[in-house]
Amino acid sequence: MNLKISALSYVQEVQNGNISAEDFTAATLEHIHNIDEKLHAFLSVNDNAINQARDIDKKIKSGKKVGACFGMPISIKDNMCIKDSKTTCASKMLENFVAPYDATVISKLKEQDAIFIGKANMDEFAMGLTTEFSAYGPSKNPWNVDYTPGGSSGGSAVSVSAFECVASLGSDTGGSVRNPASFCSTVGYKPTYGLISRYGLISYANSIEQIGPVTRTVKDTAFLLNMITGLDPNDNTTVDNKNEDYLLGIDSGVEGKKIGIIKEMMAEGTDPAVVSATNDAISKLEGLGAICEEVSLDMVKYSVAAYYTITATEAGSNLARYDNLRYGYDFSLEGYEFNSYIQKARKNFGPEVTRRMIIGGFVPSAGHAGKYFLKALKVKSKLTKEINDAFKKYDLLIAPTVPILPFKLGEKIDDPVALFLVDINTVTANLTGKPAISVPFAVSNGLPIGIQLLADSNNDKILLQAANALEQTVKLPEVPI
Amino acid sequence: MTKIGLEIHCQLTNLESKLFCSCKANYRQFEINENICPVCMGLPGSLPRLNQDAVKKATMIAMALNCSTPEKIAFFRKNYFYPDLPKNFQITQLNIYGDTSVGGTGSIMVGDKKIRITRIQLEEDPGRLIYEGSSSKNQITLVDYNRAGTPLVEIVTEPDFESPKQVREFLNILSDLLENLGVSDPSLEGAMRADANVSIEGGKKVEIKNIGSFHDLEKAVHFEITRQESLHSRAIEIAQETRHWDDKRKITISSRSKEEALDYRYFLEGDIPWVTIDPTIQEKLKSQMPESISSKKERYVSKYNIPNQVADVLSSDKFYSDLFEDSHTESNAKEIANIITTDLMGLVDTREKREASKITSTHLRDLANAIQAGKISRNSAKNALYEIVKTGKDLSQVMSDLDLGNVSDESELLTIIKDVISEEPQAVQQAKSNPQTINYLVGKVMQKTKGKADPKLTLDLLKKQIE
Repeated sequence: MNLKISALSYVQEVQNGNISAEDFTAATLEHIHNIDEKLHAFLSVNDNAINQARDIDKKIKSGKKVGACFGMPISIKDNMCIKDSKTTCASKMLENFVAPYDATVISKLKEQDAIFIGKANMDEFAMGLTTEFSAYGPSKNPWNVDYTPGGSSGGSAVSVSAFECVASLGSDTGGSVRNPASFCSTVGYKPTYGLISRYGLISYANSIEQIGPVTRTVKDTAFLLNMITGLDPNDNTTVDNKNEDYLLGIDSGVEGKKIGIIKEMMAEGTDPAVVSATNDAISKLEGLGAICEEVSLDMVKYSVAAYYTITATEAGSNLARYDNLRYGYDFSLEGYEFNSYIQKARKNFGPEVTRRMIIGGFVPSAGHAGKYFLKALKVKSKLTKEINDAFKKYDLLIAPTVPILPFKLGEKIDDPVALFLVDINTVTANLTGKPAISVPFAVSNGLPIGIQLLADSNNDKILLQAANALEQTVKLPEVPI
Repeated sequence: MTKIGLEIHCQLTNLESKLFCSCKANYRQFEINENICPVCMGLPGSLPRLNQDAVKKATMIAMALNCSTPEKIAFFRKNYFYPDLPKNFQITQLNIYGDTSVGGTGSIMVGDKKIRITRIQLEEDPGRLIYEGSSSKNQITLVDYNRAGTPLVEIVTEPDFESPKQVREFLNILSDLLENLGVSDPSLEGAMRADANVSIEGGKKVEIKNIGSFHDLEKAVHFEITRQESLHSRAIEIAQETRHWDDKRKITISSRSKEEALDYRYFLEGDIPWVTIDPTIQEKLKSQMPESISSKKERYVSKYNIPNQVADVLSSDKFYSDLFEDSHTESNAKEIANIITTDLMGLVDTREKREASKITSTHLRDLANAIQAGKISRNSAKNALYEIVKTGKDLSQVMSDLDLGNVSDESELLTIIKDVISEEPQAVQQAKSNPQTINYLVGKVMQKTKGKADPKLTLDLLKKQIE
């Protein structure tokens, strides 16, 4: 069984009767069984997947209506709720939390006969960009297992890159989909804020984060978006995309499109290999008829500081509910009064979450909010104004997804500030609500490099067209597993 | 001078669902922890879904209290840890970054005194704590989340009250106003709760928290003023502090542990987009608002010539004014107002009696028409009303069951009149010269018919017989 196929090919193969959902799922599970001990993409695997695949095959054979996924195995970052499944957020705090409901994206994919093959590893509560902050141990980069796969949706990117599933859903708060996509040579998408319902996504920084697909091709991302986007009565922040078909016209190309090259995202410190890959991508796009020129977004230099201030504030509030009173892990309340109980019960958070919650208790507090939190909000609104101005002139913006190459596990874990700076190119899309995509574009010394494109809000379709065009310009080596 | 300010928490009990999910706003009908869902339990991944109806109703309250209503409103998170708070933050409103709560400053007249409203905000109620166990050693705290997330409107006043009496008058007006708007049933337990701040001349501000009903609010304020005055008279300094209302002992007690100045880390709730309530929407809401109590009263007086005091009573109580509105016509309005205020109010003077009462507007209309047509005497009408309230039977049924109809059959009446004339020759003689005496004879006829003789017909027939 060839597992190395795109989502669109999978659908075609099943429809043509060349493969069955059951065989493909069985082969996928076997592959996971063989390889995941090494890669640790999964926190849990769906024991019932084969039966679900069998049921879908039955539906296909009997000529009943079958959903667009035809039993496609999809991995789900472990911060999205699947009814009756453990959803841990890679935290000891939610070690025993079994979700009693489906996230909106999950119910939508269920309707389309997707199979959730397993829950993907991540940094605890999505805070981190290496998966090293997972309470259950890091994932490994399939391109070189000594290296980090990026994060926080590391498990999602690894599972797609290493063929442990056909596609995956991650979440992107400051680059958490695009960063591991870049490090693992997959496509990673952060949609316009509100395009995909967050109902059932466990909040980290709810005002800026989005669920996003991790796929092998840009077209696969468009295929998934067709199923999971749109207004959701359960999420008041969703936007009406009028049932947009993102695959329709995806081959339109970039001819005549104006693309701004973000100066501040290619600044000093950017790895030369990354710079040269980006320049190469720019030439390729120009070759396809795009007009590229440099643009400056001055506020980008403050964006990481603003990002960490805002996310810490929201995280401090969003994670306050984990008091272990209604769900969580085994811990007896006996003998505590409330304050000492709370203190004790919340000790199960890992170091990075604890660090951010301490920051989150400080930066918006009375007496400090003006200096930190409110200032960060000002940066956010200025940055948004800057990028809105840029989109008056340009259809798209381009930059490397990550300014550096994938690094070794353990290399930066003790240096939180160095880690924070890796986010410099990705947080802008989150702070401004714009859609952004990472397209696999180069491999340097066996390590992948992704190129990032951004578009204006609700221009997701134009963004996917450009990304699809860029993707076609390169043929990358296969992942060495 | 004594200064009293209030923070009133009013549940929007008449709404269908909670503020951010579709669980019932009427949580009282459920077994413990039966009226809950992932949203109001704050489960991981759940998001608030704003109840637009709650926004409308809260805006109506703001308008009724003459408050400014901003075109855009926002929600904020108030962060603190408490077992009754599933998310460990409360979604509420705030005006420190500009007026973004449902109501800004406003005012309402209480007699001749103008009470200024500081703001009105919409927020979620937490769950309910139940303490079990006799001593502090074996005490356990149980949490019932049925109430968690129910819509609450907080009304904050300036410290404009000078006496508990003013507070009571304000609360009466407010209760009537909320009930008239159809947003809340103030008589439900826990539907109205309050905090108060009280200071007397030369003293410091004391906050009283946890007052569970309007009834106790007046008592708490009264107690607190007396306590402070007693300290003052003995030259003991009044400490600025927070006290709790002990509703068993009906006293305020100092919150023993010094409450730390909590930092709520307020910030915008990103899961709920700003809500636009522009002038067009505001106008529409205004048109949907029920007629105000004062306008009703004015109409009752000017249009139907109902006496001021009767109109006052009738208009301020939604139960009675609804009955009146549904039953009256131009010609019987005064009669119906009369029946309601003199007879009905005595029969259904408690919440339980009202709820058990079977009376409808049709009953009232029939009764008033029957009185006006002389088919039933006022006296018998009283008895009929009692029976209707109890059984809900039609008026005609009640009249025949209890034999309450007027005797208006001429021949029947004539026989009785002839009897009276033969029994009272002296009075008949007098009546011929002094028309006043004829009333005595009418009274005799009434006696014989047990009050059921049609008075007008009796008089006519008597006159004819005597002449």
